[in-house]
Amino acid sequence: MKRFKDVEHLVRLAALFAAGILVFSIARAQLVPATFGTLGHYRASAIDDVRAKPLVHAGQAACAECHTDIVDLRAKARHKAIACESCHGPLAGHASGTVETKPKLPVATPLCIHCHAANTGKPKRYPTVDIKDHAGSETCVTCHKPHDPRIQL
Amino acid sequence: MDSTRRDFLILGGKMFVMTGIAAAAFEHVLAGTPEKADTYNTADHWWAMLIDVEKCVGSGHCVRACKLENNVVDEAYFFRTWVERYHVDPLDMNHPIVDSPNGGMDGFPETYPDGKGKTFFVPKMCNHCVDSPCTQVCPVGATFQTNDGVVLIDKDYCLGCRYCVQACPYGCRYIDPRTNTADKCTLCYHRITKGLQPACCEACPTGARQLADLKNPSDPIHEFLRTHAVQVLKPQMATGAKIYYNGLDGSVR
Repeated sequence: MKRFKDVEHLVRLAALFAAGILVFSIARAQLVPATFGTLGHYRASAIDDVRAKPLVHAGQAACAECHTDIVDLRAKARHKAIACESCHGPLAGHASGTVETKPKLPVATPLCIHCHAANTGKPKRYPTVDIKDHAGSETCVTCHKPHDPRIQL
Repeated sequence: MDSTRRDFLILGGKMFVMTGIAAAAFEHVLAGTPEKADTYNTADHWWAMLIDVEKCVGSGHCVRACKLENNVVDEAYFFRTWVERYHVDPLDMNHPIVDSPNGGMDGFPETYPDGKGKTFFVPKMCNHCVDSPCTQVCPVGATFQTNDGVVLIDKDYCLGCRYCVQACPYGCRYIDPRTNTADKCTLCYHRITKGLQPACCEACPTGARQLADLKNPSDPIHEFLRTHAVQVLKPQMATGAKIYYNGLDGSVR
């Protein structure tokens, strides 16, 4: 007696399944990025993409490496904790030597008043001035040297 | 042929050992000098930030530095970090007046009269939540949290469906009009993984913003958290926000 009747039906079905699985595996390998899922439900190589972004601010350590005179000048000044690039702007190109041009000197007064213009929201002990009252038409740098803002006449 | 089986084995053994040594040495040559090799290990860090509201003077240095560092569209409404000014009337503490002219980028030229109510500045940014709503709603896995606790966006994989922009309870996300993909603060991941400060912390003139690594036992954040009453924004949302605010007023939303 034949054990399986009309076995060719099952063979055909199995072949159909096998073909379906093959198509699925090929499509999946093509569509899913290589590193997707290695760390979680995301493309692990996206982390490297984010990390590869070039620096724009060089960081205080890079500035202090060469400009030791300014570091010494600021050592006892009230502005000592402020990073160079806070006022001078981002200078990673200058620090790494890829940009040859000399960095521009920031324009003093508009920069100073960002922090030091009187405004009710500022902490009580923070030094602020009403700029018109305080200096009239004089610029800040006439009396205050930005690296060491004590008045030295 | 006068070489014996013994000679052959000795020679073969020598060659085997030498090949092994050469291969091991070549691996070191390929890895480059120790400084250049990438020693950053995500398992050693858990990034957070401390924002001291009492130190913030609303200068806008952080906003400008962030825009330059991360090449953010130079228009209002596109900010990875911005500074809000709160003005609270003592008779109506629940309805503070909040403004943020151009994200605080040019400072706050208009001032409130002295002596009437309370005014203070609150810098805001992505909270890099542990259970972040934005990563949970992304339909394709284009935004995720790294093993060191930073929420990032895969800009190549983002569809620009804007679901995450709506999901963020802090309003920290926006659609970059140049690429039509979601964008937000990365905690300057390209900087902190190289041992540098984020641009906003670097530029802050009063030290109101400090990067913190909670897995580093010698980080001053631990001492600060023990001795100060800090808050996170919208704790009722249970997002596990990791931007800790010191001196935050109850009226801040």
